[in-house]
Amino acid sequence: MMESQPSIAFWLLAIVILTSGFMVVSLRNIFHCALNLIMCLFSVAGIFILLGAEFLAAAQVLIYVGAVAILMIFAIMLTSEISNRRIVQTTENKSVALFISVIFALSSVFLIMGTKIWRMSDQALPENNTLTIGKYLMTEYMLPFEVVSVLLLAAMIGAIVLARKEAS
Amino acid sequence: MEFQLPPYSLKMMLPELFLFGWALVVIAFDLVSGRKKESAVGYLTLAGILIAGGLLAFTGYGRGFGNMFFNDPMARFFKIIFLGAAFMAVGSSFGVLKERVRNHRGEYLGLILFSTVGMMFLASSQELLSLYIGLELTTIPLFVLAAFYKDNKLSVEAGIKYFVVGAFSSALLLYGISFLYGMAGTTDIIQMKINLAITHLTFKSIGMTLVIAVVTMLAGIGFKLGLPPFHQWVPDVYEGSPTPVAAFLSIGSKAAGLVAFAKIFVNGLSAFFGPEMLPNDWGQLVAIMAILAMVLGNTVAIWQTNIKRMLGYSSIAQAGYIMIGMVAMNVYGLSSVAYYMFAYMFANMGAFAIVTIFEDKTESTQISSYRGLSKSEPALSLILSIFLLSLAGIPPLAGFMAKYYVFAAAVEKASSPNGVTWLYWLVGVGLLTSVFSLYYYVNVIKQMYFSREDSPYKIPVSAPALAVIVICLIGVILFGIWPEPILQFAKDIPASFGFLAR
Repeated sequence: MMESQPSIAFWLLAIVILTSGFMVVSLRNIFHCALNLIMCLFSVAGIFILLGAEFLAAAQVLIYVGAVAILMIFAIMLTSEISNRRIVQTTENKSVALFISVIFALSSVFLIMGTKIWRMSDQALPENNTLTIGKYLMTEYMLPFEVVSVLLLAAMIGAIVLARKEAS
Repeated sequence: MEFQLPPYSLKMMLPELFLFGWALVVIAFDLVSGRKKESAVGYLTLAGILIAGGLLAFTGYGRGFGNMFFNDPMARFFKIIFLGAAFMAVGSSFGVLKERVRNHRGEYLGLILFSTVGMMFLASSQELLSLYIGLELTTIPLFVLAAFYKDNKLSVEAGIKYFVVGAFSSALLLYGISFLYGMAGTTDIIQMKINLAITHLTFKSIGMTLVIAVVTMLAGIGFKLGLPPFHQWVPDVYEGSPTPVAAFLSIGSKAAGLVAFAKIFVNGLSAFFGPEMLPNDWGQLVAIMAILAMVLGNTVAIWQTNIKRMLGYSSIAQAGYIMIGMVAMNVYGLSSVAYYMFAYMFANMGAFAIVTIFEDKTESTQISSYRGLSKSEPALSLILSIFLLSLAGIPPLAGFMAKYYVFAAAVEKASSPNGVTWLYWLVGVGLLTSVFSLYYYVNVIKQMYFSREDSPYKIPVSAPALAVIVICLIGVILFGIWPEPILQFAKDIPASFGFLAR
């Protein structure tokens, strides 16, 4: 069970997530942005470990760090104009974006702290949560699980159509 | 460890399963048949949609996989709208199929079918997770369809804009759903309703976190529906994407967003509606968005010179009118929304079908190109005028009855004993802006009829496009003077949401 006071590890991870997340949107070199994104996603996996969700942590590292972020870096390195640093990331309307994010962040913190009633499950964490997730995916959540595979097929067909070079 | 599937019946989801299989058949058929038989694959798709519609009659009501597949009158009604929108979008696509998307005919039609399957799953889910996945299956094929003219900058721009906005809004919706899950401890909408009510009654207040959940989910769905202030993408995407796709977007994707809204807010959060529920009252937020939509959509549309952009702004305004029915929150509200969507489908798909065949011939979407069209194409001009007048809400067309029922539902709620008085304001703004809207719809009619110039264009109408136009015309006129069958059909909808007639 998780203790009520967040540990030092949580604070460290939170600081890393926030700083690297801020770097992603503020740095000018797009390659550095991608590296920071990896850092950010990796720390999120750390949070999952703290919460006792090892399977989610592993999936996070495998999918986000292992596949998505690496693919992004490939795309950046293979696009000559971007890796030549001629294209820099610019953020327009910085002040508006900052204003909206700060308002949203502050009000969320205020509102979440003001909420005393959360529905907590009274069950203990399952021994083997990979097994439990797998079981749920194949029983209760069978239908959305199958619809997701249709979604993947549609996305794949779409990606092929868009990326294919036309013959004519 | 024992594995036991929750009870389900495949018979209930027959139309969805069939349509998914048919999408694969269409894609494979296009690969096999080669480039010779141009229209065959299109007719094959139309046949599939019709068969799926026929199968819908055999599904019956009931539930499967917990509440993840929940067939109620609302699901069935909206599935008919989705299939109708897909049928008319494909029917008006034959010109496009011959020319601009001829290299990827099967994929184009297949993606429309995939998106329809997503909408149908969405309509029959009573659970937040499957609802979200249904919404994703609806929109992801639409991103690709919007960018389908790969050599056209506007189309690619439309695709990217729609993709960024769509991904962002899905993330917002999911963020809100995660808060809702934290507060209710379940993703099942009915159970969530009960759990939230228990919390509310036990602690005499619900946590403030519900405010974040409501705001983020409203923003997410607001993006999908194109409600201001989340509407900026609508005109650009409508202008850039292939015209039949824009038509499909305006009906299918809008109806899907409405279903998601009805399930989450009108059903799940129905206890948190009304003036006494501040600060958690979502009704007033929706009312503000609806007023903005009606005012902004109807006024900005006046200055548009491109008919697709004009229809885009008009669809923003129509979303505003539909939301009036949503916040009426009584036994008439939801059935008026369903009727509105049904009438809007005929008028809008019909107008878009004519815009499509006009564009196929002339490659222009400017309103000024319609000058003098009544002389070279008297029949088409008359029919387009009827569709536009129905969109404006002129009696005796279906659009008038739709607006009337929506306003009547709101007035009924406002004048009931513990009435919500701001609904009068909504109806007032709705009536006033309907008058504005007449200006830009009639402007197109004026160009066609009262211009001295003669139009050089003779518009060829292919058989499927003709069928679409005739179906829409019959729908707009017949259901305008005789709305009872649709209302009879729609009147069961509110019951499954817990609104019972007094």
